[in-house]
Amino acid sequence: MSRENALVNADWVEEHLDDPNVVLVEVDEDAEAYDKGHIRGAVKLDWNTDLKDGVRHDFVSKDQLEKLLSEKGIGNDDTIVLYGGNNNWFAAYAYWFLSYNGHENLRLLDGGRKKWELDSRELTDDVPSRDATTYTAKEPNSDIRAFRDEVVEAIGVKNLIDVRSPDEYAGRLLAPAHLPQEAAQIPGHIPTAGNVPWSKAANDDGTFRDDDELRELYAEAGYDEGKDAIAYCRIGERSSHTWFVLHEVLGYPNVKNYDGSWTEYGSLRGVPVALGDQPGEA
Amino acid sequence: MCGATRGGPSLDGVDVENQAVIQGVVTRDGVPVSTAYVRLLDRTGEFTAEVPVSATGQFRFFAGTGEWTLRTLAPRSATVDRPVVATIGSVADVEIDLDKVAVGA
Repeated sequence: MSRENALVNADWVEEHLDDPNVVLVEVDEDAEAYDKGHIRGAVKLDWNTDLKDGVRHDFVSKDQLEKLLSEKGIGNDDTIVLYGGNNNWFAAYAYWFLSYNGHENLRLLDGGRKKWELDSRELTDDVPSRDATTYTAKEPNSDIRAFRDEVVEAIGVKNLIDVRSPDEYAGRLLAPAHLPQEAAQIPGHIPTAGNVPWSKAANDDGTFRDDDELRELYAEAGYDEGKDAIAYCRIGERSSHTWFVLHEVLGYPNVKNYDGSWTEYGSLRGVPVALGDQPGEA
Repeated sequence: MCGATRGGPSLDGVDVENQAVIQGVVTRDGVPVSTAYVRLLDRTGEFTAEVPVSATGQFRFFAGTGEWTLRTLAPRSATVDRPVVATIGSVADVEIDLDKVAVGA
């Protein structure tokens, strides 16, 4: 994978607004953002209600995902272009999740909703009508998703990247600063994890920094390109953004997203935890 | 926007005692704007969080005690940085008036 295959810009999107095989999908942290205006033709995906199982603490099943995408009018051969606010944070999460479930033609709109708005490009309130499809999801791709046992085994062995803010990494905050600081888990990070806040990969307007800047960013935090990598954050969304950068933009192989992230790890018994600004020892 | 609440959003139901709230409203010529992004930068200038403003220009963060910077981005406006001090148990309420000189105008 490479930047050219994973990203499209706003001009490309405008040129493909009427392409029946290109489906724009908006995914925002605030799911109501779509309702205040969206790119013409875009359908809405709600990360909270559409992608969660609802009973198990996990994603929707293969059957549920097939039903969801079929109802949205998305076909297996369609190119899905995801975009959203806040540097594509939740759009990258949906990208990772759809990639995990085997959709092949995926793109992110570079800069997402924010750059589109800052450029004063057109938004509409019209909700598109797409004919239902019969979507068939593939078996999940475990190559890009890490579970807790693999994370514990990776301490001191693989690249572990904590992509939360420095204050969350050090244990001074328990959650992103736009959310109430309420959480059951303890503060801190996984020992040996480097801290590269996810947002460092993006410019202020939400577009991704260039490849050389990105490589340097992770190298400065001790990223070893010869080793496999696992990214995590608090609930797996911000780390999807970093997974996208490492795996899809820079093309590093063997990069996984630990979607259980700190809410899971910070609640485990019998695992090591580091506090403070340094990675800590294995 | 006529009738909009000045300052940050309502604090009804918010546990202010245990939070360091930074909130406010983004305006242009004194009128709340409906399209803007507010970033919270920590004491080192590092990005910590970002929210779009509400339809009435309002935003809110739950920070920690310390010095922060609010960086506001909006169409046709220069980026505005505003320092703010937050303390657990208090609410820092700020009004951010966008640069009146439009970018590229």
